[in-house]
Order: sequence, then structure tokens, then C-alpha cells
Amino acid sequence: MTTAISVAGLVKTFGRTRALDGLDLTVATGEVHGFLGPNGAGKSTTIRVLLGLLRADSGEVSLLGGDPWRDATTLHRRLAYVPGDVTLWPNLSGGEVIDLLGRLRGGLDPQRRADLLDRFDLDPTKKGRAYSKGNRQKVALVAALASDVELLMLDEPTSGLDPLMEEVFRECVQEERRAGRTVLLSSHILAEVEALCDRVSIIRDGRTAESGTLAELRHLTRTSVSAELATVPRGLAELPGVHDLHIDGTRIRCQVDTERLDGLIGVLSDAGIRGLSCQPPTLEELFLRHYSTPQLADVAS
Amino acid sequence: MTSLAGTLALVRLNLRRDRVMLPAWLFALVLTLYGSVVSTASVYPTAEARREAAEAIGNSPAVIALYGPATDLGTLGGLATWKPNTFLAVLVALMSMLLVVRHTRADEEAGRLELLGSTAIGRYAALTAALIVAVGANVVLAALMMASLVGQGLPSSGVVALALGFCGVGLVFTAVSAIAAQLTESSRAANGITATVLAVAFLVRAIGDSGQPWLSWFSPIGWAQKLRPFGDLHWWPLVLPAVVAPLLALVAYRLSVRRDLAAGLLPPRPGPAHGALDGPFGLAWRLQRGALLGWAVGFAVAGAAMGGIASGAADLLGDNARVREFLTRVGGEQRIVDSYLATAMGILGIIAAAYAVQAALRLRGEETAQRIEPLLAAGVARVRWVLSHLAVAVLGPAVLLTVAGLAAGLAHGARVGDVTGQVPRVLGGALVQLPAVWVVAGIALALFGLLPRYAAAGWGALMLFLLITEIGPSLRLSGWVLDVSPFTHVPKLPVMPFTVAPIAGLVAVALAFTAVGLVGVRRRDIG
Repeated sequence: MTTAISVAGLVKTFGRTRALDGLDLTVATGEVHGFLGPNGAGKSTTIRVLLGLLRADSGEVSLLGGDPWRDATTLHRRLAYVPGDVTLWPNLSGGEVIDLLGRLRGGLDPQRRADLLDRFDLDPTKKGRAYSKGNRQKVALVAALASDVELLMLDEPTSGLDPLMEEVFRECVQEERRAGRTVLLSSHILAEVEALCDRVSIIRDGRTAESGTLAELRHLTRTSVSAELATVPRGLAELPGVHDLHIDGTRIRCQVDTERLDGLIGVLSDAGIRGLSCQPPTLEELFLRHYSTPQLADVAS
Repeated sequence: MTSLAGTLALVRLNLRRDRVMLPAWLFALVLTLYGSVVSTASVYPTAEARREAAEAIGNSPAVIALYGPATDLGTLGGLATWKPNTFLAVLVALMSMLLVVRHTRADEEAGRLELLGSTAIGRYAALTAALIVAVGANVVLAALMMASLVGQGLPSSGVVALALGFCGVGLVFTAVSAIAAQLTESSRAANGITATVLAVAFLVRAIGDSGQPWLSWFSPIGWAQKLRPFGDLHWWPLVLPAVVAPLLALVAYRLSVRRDLAAGLLPPRPGPAHGALDGPFGLAWRLQRGALLGWAVGFAVAGAAMGGIASGAADLLGDNARVREFLTRVGGEQRIVDSYLATAMGILGIIAAAYAVQAALRLRGEETAQRIEPLLAAGVARVRWVLSHLAVAVLGPAVLLTVAGLAAGLAHGARVGDVTGQVPRVLGGALVQLPAVWVVAGIALALFGLLPRYAAAGWGALMLFLLITEIGPSLRLSGWVLDVSPFTHVPKLPVMPFTVAPIAGLVAVALAFTAVGLVGVRRRDIG
């Protein structure tokens, strides 16, 4: 496995604000990597460092085998970027911007350009100032997706798209993945992350809280268990990894750390299971936990 | 009045946003006037000294067209305010323009007014708040000017008239900017329209004062001079701005309700589905060519007008024995015409520098609008991107000064029947300004590279040079102060011979500033 992006101990401060505080990020070549974190966590700052727009204060950053600050121009020919907040030149048409950005990256595939315009239902003759937020985003997306590049860096690319266009975007990213391209996708839309991403990194306060496949992340969190038992065994509350235990006659409900599930089920099985349901954590629960409770995330990492 | 709901809150917001810019403007304007009066009083302490100075100026009518009628130069007030008068009037108009456009069209273009407009504010609140701040700034300016001149030995009625004259100019251009802000979708274009009106007002007055006095009545700048604060004082010309400004403001209000938020009155047109732009230079040219064309038209008109009145410069002297004696002493009529041409080209040089600053600061505009991130992320090297706009800032003034020099040379040559002889002389006088213009562009670029947040200080540098060059010599400022301005070093063609040394020096300074700027841009964070 080769790495497309490798960041270790990245620090970036703006005056007194420490925007990135020892961030780590590894993206393997050919994978779609979800980049998540609450607002202000440092996602866009990281992407800007990766683009060589900001200079890292310390830490190691490698992008496509080069140094994003020193080799910015040569690296940029091999990647395409869609900013979170796309601003266009008010008096240039969308088509002109797409062609300009494409030529700067070393050429567009005209067939793909026409195809994408059609799929995204974008009118390229409108002037920049006349586009809505979603349509400005489509301009940047078409320009990026029609370029022949190795790496796509997408910073919340679908925040202004309608559900139909969101679907088109997902198809496009799947096609990119099949074509062997690497995608770094910063997003808040969890269904999108779940559908597209091979691995995710969750950052908070400029640090990586967690990184891995979704299955691995799920494993690190709690499963909710409810069971109907023949008898309620003693000492259930003292079992390692069991939380929020409620006993109601012969029914029990509790949360259990996923890696302790074996132990709990063993005890319940000895007591005689009459009915059992296990609920894996939803993505929302997973993220909410990472976004909102600092101590848990620190324990996990 | 629900249509004005929220106005006061917006006024407070505007004042909060202008808390540095507005005091800086007021301070600079008041200090310029005050400094001019104080140093004139010390340089020409006696009535006799002032009479001699007045005679010297009255005998060089070349500059009367540029600075206004030299009617009351025997008085301290008249002498002290004659030269700064026109420039202060222009600067007051520019301040009013910036204040209005910034809080109307610029906010609308950026989408901020949409957010504000969704709150409980009235339809007219934003425009009214902008006008209140601009009108208030002009009133405060007048009050500060009056206060600063108390006890300087000037007649108080004259001081009041002078300050109110500036205030009148400011109010008229406040209203003109309010109209311009309704007409276009971009704040840049709104500023352009207002600046064009201002340039026309300046030219109309210049032509008027050089032979057709009735023309000056069509210029708001002329109205202020018709007050004659320190001579035969008339109050009634103040009626003109007092009537015209509210009428124009009314037009702005009427226009504002006839359009949608964020829209201009001119409908947008579709653009091409495919683009031919293939790099940063093409893009910079595409973004700046419209403005350059507008400036070029302005320079052609200004050059033709200034050239057209050149040969009449000596006529203003009248014809008597003393004048003939004066003419032979200074080297003949030709020399007076030439010195007028040199002064006129010098003024065009400073205006071309304003274009250069604007073109160079487009870099900062593109950066703050976050439009360069996709560009830099698409493989454009930073230096190449900077050079793309710098090329416009360097070559644009060359185009402007060529156009103005040719127009002035043709107009002047046609009047005196010597086109082939006059065109190269006048064109030379225009082009020799270029190295000084490039120094100013270099300063703007150096600021952009090193202190991007303060890049707008490039305008401050230009204002400083303008005041030093135009007012400094008559205040007998010491040599090193005059030397700060690059325009001091420009050979005064065609009245003086061409010398290479100052030109080479200016080019070297411009290159040094540019290099500093480029190094700064390479090292700093973008955004």
C-alpha cells in the first residue's frame, strides 16, 4: 500500500489560536478517505496546508510523495481541489471557469466535461454572479472531476447540492474510485461518508481523535443490548464494559463496550436467554460521541 | 416609517466598520489644510511677501487651469488654500464615494446585505444609513476644518465658507455615488462611474478656468471656488450643492426601489459555454481589461482637453508691457506653454499611479474573495499569478500615459499647427512619468507581499506623494521631504531636458519594491 497523503504531528497557529495541534492523517493511494470533524476542528486548515496555501509551523507533511509547500506547483498538476465555499469571478461564465481550471491542470477530457455538465444539469453560459451556491459548487466539481488527476481533495463538496445532485456526486466518486484515484472527502453528511468512504479520520480541536475503517470505529464504541432472561444473574452491573444497566423484572437493557460483548453474552447465556436484541451503534451515535464528549474520545485514542 | 426601520442600527454598524478608515481620512484632510495655512503664514509672513508670491503665481497661468482661478492670492487665506483647494475637493469627493459604495453596493455584492435585509430593517434603511454616515463625515470634516483654523489669522467668515465649500462638494458626490451604486452589480463599476463624474467635474472646471469662466458653473468643484472665501465672499453659490445633492439623492432612492436586491438596473447577459482562457495572464487581462478601457477613454479625453488649452495658457496673462517683459525674462511664451504641459503631464502621472495601485491591489481583492485558491491549487505558481496582475499594473499605466500623451500632443499640435513637432515632445512628457508610477505600483506590491492586511496603505502612500508633489514646493518643504515622492524626481519634460540618472534610479527602486513583494508572497500564508 502506497500513501497518497501522510501527515504527522502537524501544527499550525494563527496568532494565539492553535488551529492544528499535532494532527495525523494517512490516506492510502486509491482509497476514498472521509475527513470528519465538528465545525472549526481544522479540516479546511489541513487541506490548505496540503495545498501549500498555508505554511505548516511544524510536523511532517507529504503529498503524492512531495512537499506540498516546496513542490506546490508540480504537485497541483496531479490533483484537483473543490473548496468548501466556491467563489467565482462575477463576470466569467461557468464554462470559462471550468475550461480555465482544466487547462491549468493540464487539460480536460471534453467528453467527460460534456457528460458531467449533463449529469449535474449545469448551464455553463451563466455568469459567476448569477449562480446559486449549489451551482457554483457544481462548476468546481465539474472542473475537478473532468480533469485527469491522481488525487481529488473535496472540502464539503455537497453542502449546497440537492438530493438528486448528491446522488450524481456519489456515482461520480464511485467512478473515480474504480478508476483508481484517491479521494480525500471532508463531509458532514454521514450517509455520504458511509456510502463512499473506505476509511475515515475524525479530528477535533486540531488533533486526530480517531482513524480507521468504519467497522473498526464501530468496534471501538458501544452496542446496546436488551434481553429477556430466565433469571437475572447477579453482578451484572459489575461486569467490565457494561454501562447504563436497567433491570425490569426479567428484562434487562444496557450499553456495552463492543469489545466486551463476548463476556456479557456469555453471562446472559448461562442465565438462560428467552429473547435478545443487539443494536450496533449508528453512525450518528458514533460521530456525536466524537464530536461532543472530549473525555471519551481521549480515552479511545 | 417602517421603510427606515433599523437605520440607526445600521449607522452604528457602518461606523464600527469605519472606525479606523474614517478618522484617518478626516485627519489627513484637516491636517493638509491646516498645514498649508500654517506653513504659508510662516513662509509668507507679510502682506508684501504674499503680494510678490501672488504676482509670481498670477504670472504663470499655466497652472491656473489645474489649480483654479488665482483671484485672492494677496490674502493669507487665498494663498494658503489656492493650491490645495482642488486636490482637497477631489479627495473629499473620493472619501464620500468610498463611504457610500462600501456600505451599499459592496455589501450587496458580497451578500452581506441579504443577511441584514432578512432582519427587520426597512427597504430604505441600508441606503439611508450609508448616506447618514457620508453626510455626517462631511459635516464633521467641515467642523474640524473650521476648528483647526481658529486663531490662524484668517477671517472667520472665509474659514466657514471654505469649509462649507468642501462640504458641498462632498455632499454632491455622496449623492452621485448613491446613484452609481444603484446602476451596476459590482462595487468596482459603481466606483468607476463616480470617479468618471469626478474627472469630468475636474476637467470642466479646468477648461472653464482657462478661458470659458461660464463652464466652471457646471462643475461642483467650481462651485466651491466661486465662493471666493478670502476675497469677494459670496455665500449664494452654496445654494447649488444644497439643492443638487438632495435632488440626486432622491433619484438614488427612486432607482433603489425599481430593482431587486443584488441586481443592477442593467440586465445580466449569458456568457460563452466554452472558454479560451488558458492561464493566469489571460485571466488577469480578462478581469482587468474593462477597467483599463474605461481609464484609457478618460485619459484620452483628459489629455485632449489639457492639450487643447495649452496654447491659450499665455493668453491669460493679458497683453501689456509688464507681461511682455515677464515673458522675455522667463524664456518666452513657448516656455510658459511648456511648463504648463509639464505640470499637466505630472498630474496625469499621479492619476496613472492611482490606476497602477488599483490594478496591483486587485491581487489582494482576489485573495480575500478566496478566488485564488482554486487557481493556485490548479498548478499556478504564486509568483506567476502575482506577475500576471503586476503586468497589468506595469503596462496599464504605459498604455494610459501613451493615450493621454498622444491626445494632448495632437490637440496642442493642431492648435499651434505643428502636430509632428509637438506630439513627440508632449508624449515624452507623459511617458517620463512611468518610472515614478512603477515605484508606486511596487510599493503596493511590497505591502501585498509583506503586510497583506494593510495592502490598502498603498493608497495612503499615493496620497502622501500627491500632497508632497503638488503642495510641498509652495510650502517650501525641505528637500528631503520632497524627495520622498517619486514624482519629485521625474524630469519635467518638455520644459526641462531629459536626464537618465533619475529615471534609472526610479526604475531600480521600483524593481527593489517588486522583489520584496514577490519574496513576501512566496513566504507567507495565502488567504
